[in-house]
Amino acid sequence: MNLLRYYLRKVFAVLKNEVLVLPSRIVVLLFFLSMLLMPLVVDDPYFIRILVLASIFAIFAASWDLLSGFTGQINFGHALFFGVGAYSSAILNMQAGLPHWVTIPLGALVAVAAGLVVGIPCLRLRGTYLALTTLAFPIILLGIVFAFPGLTGGELGISGLTRLSTSRTVTYYIIVCIMLVSCTIMWKVTDSKIGIIFHAIREDELAVKAAGINTILYKLMAFCLSGFFAGIAGGLYAHFMRIAGPSTLEVHMSFQVVIFSVFGGIATIWGPVGAVFILVPLLEFFRLWPEFRTLLFAFVVILILLYMPGGLLPWIRNKVEEECPRCKIRNFAARRVCRVCAAEMR
Amino acid sequence: MVFDIVITSLIKGSTYAMLAIGFSLIFGVARIVNIAHTAFYMVAAYCIFYTTTQLGFNPFFAIIAAVALVTLLGLITFKLLIAPIREHEAAVLIATIALAIALQEVMMILFTGDYRSVPALIPGFATIMGVKVFYQQLLTFVSVLVVLGLMWLFLLHTKLGLAIRATAQDREVANLVGMNESQVAMLAMGISVGLAGVTGAVLAPLTIVEPHMWNHPLAMMLAVVVLGGLGSIKGSLYAAFILGTAEALVVFLIPAGAYLKGAVALSIMVFVLLVRPAGLFGVQFEEER
Repeated sequence: MNLLRYYLRKVFAVLKNEVLVLPSRIVVLLFFLSMLLMPLVVDDPYFIRILVLASIFAIFAASWDLLSGFTGQINFGHALFFGVGAYSSAILNMQAGLPHWVTIPLGALVAVAAGLVVGIPCLRLRGTYLALTTLAFPIILLGIVFAFPGLTGGELGISGLTRLSTSRTVTYYIIVCIMLVSCTIMWKVTDSKIGIIFHAIREDELAVKAAGINTILYKLMAFCLSGFFAGIAGGLYAHFMRIAGPSTLEVHMSFQVVIFSVFGGIATIWGPVGAVFILVPLLEFFRLWPEFRTLLFAFVVILILLYMPGGLLPWIRNKVEEECPRCKIRNFAARRVCRVCAAEMR
Repeated sequence: MVFDIVITSLIKGSTYAMLAIGFSLIFGVARIVNIAHTAFYMVAAYCIFYTTTQLGFNPFFAIIAAVALVTLLGLITFKLLIAPIREHEAAVLIATIALAIALQEVMMILFTGDYRSVPALIPGFATIMGVKVFYQQLLTFVSVLVVLGLMWLFLLHTKLGLAIRATAQDREVANLVGMNESQVAMLAMGISVGLAGVTGAVLAPLTIVEPHMWNHPLAMMLAVVVLGGLGSIKGSLYAAFILGTAEALVVFLIPAGAYLKGAVALSIMVFVLLVRPAGLFGVQFEEER
């Protein structure tokens, strides 16, 4: 009982001293709570469906950010991992008859293998060469998919996968919980020492090598991690839509994830996730004018980029929060003195 | 059969060459990766469609109008969209992707998503060695050769061409010796988009005109540019004919080859890159160690 009271008090202390002092942390907390409580409040299947799709794309966008935002290995063919995850889950599910809680992790592992297949040749390339070469991989796979319609269903794809669950609410919770957990893992990974090395590889790979760090290992690790999470997103997508089709491999898919991430601010993890939860509902809202939908979407992206080239969410964050000039701890912008070292803010 | 393959690979190769040279030019001079490059090609094809079939223009004037309009569009894009965010490489990438999607959607709204075909600008065909060769194919090939020749003359034998090549080699030094770097970049953008316009104009009668027609050439053009070495115009030229020939061979010789044409061409690119990471004629840029 005492132990429980100790932990409760600790939770309150952390909430009061660490979380509720910064607007960005409050937003993250609210996001977690609202995602978990949403089905209790709203019962509209259309709305729930949008949130589920947004969750899947949030994993996908965050995994792109882990690879391209952090290590700077700009990947224009990220749909490869998504498509490999979706197709291998679908094939395992349909041909071998495995249940979804086996096929999705296995699909993700196949996507890790795809990450190695792409990552190893790409170790020698950098910058724009890498970006443009990676664009080729999903297109190559798409050609193979079309050439063997017996296994992959050709243009129609593989349909009729088992559902994640017969209940809509349970499906929602499965996908949202996986999203919250995997995004938190990615966030924590990029916050750890590994994340610092990823940052350093992007800034100056030669210097990292000179510091005695095996950059090849870390780059491959980024490819594998990113492939794993994108594969999970692909597997979830295939089981949720109950179809794995060629659309998962298209150039449009790769570009979409890049748009999400850059819109939300790269090298943050929370940026792409936030961007997906802004842009996916926005796209649905634009459905009111169906013929102008994609056009309006493109214009929103262009306008954001022209006025906030670093991404929307970091821009907002820098408006509401300020770094203490002395101890470099972030503070709410309206504060006069720093919350930790009590130095004058300006 | 053999002659069919030769004709197809020459046409494919020359169109890829035109697109890739334009793309290489603006990348070399200003380090702008213009994903919307083939979207401009699509706009030019639609211009030809509109002016010849709806307005009844003379094909020659139609081509001039299309190229002029697309070049103007490219310059406006550069001024309003790319110039303000040029320092953020990722932002430029996304902005041009968004622009390409926007252009696609505008065409979708203006002309609907129907598949359109444009009648040959010069009707008729000649029979060479038992194979029908349409005059339009010859026109495409000849105009590509003419434009490439003009580009070569311009780049190697005029003062402006020298400025463009100098800026491509080293932007900072070009700036130091008194060239207006942003103006050179804008000029290169105009030429680059103009080349895309010419390609779209002469190729429109040979392909189906539809709003998504920029996707396949984009992938192929990027493959050509990477294979030839980024920023190397000579490399783009050779790589375009290599990949064009590969595509033609796959389409004619392998069953279900139409699906695999992109896959095979891109695999060639990947394998060459494994051996030569900077492409066939790659230029290693000093600043990017």
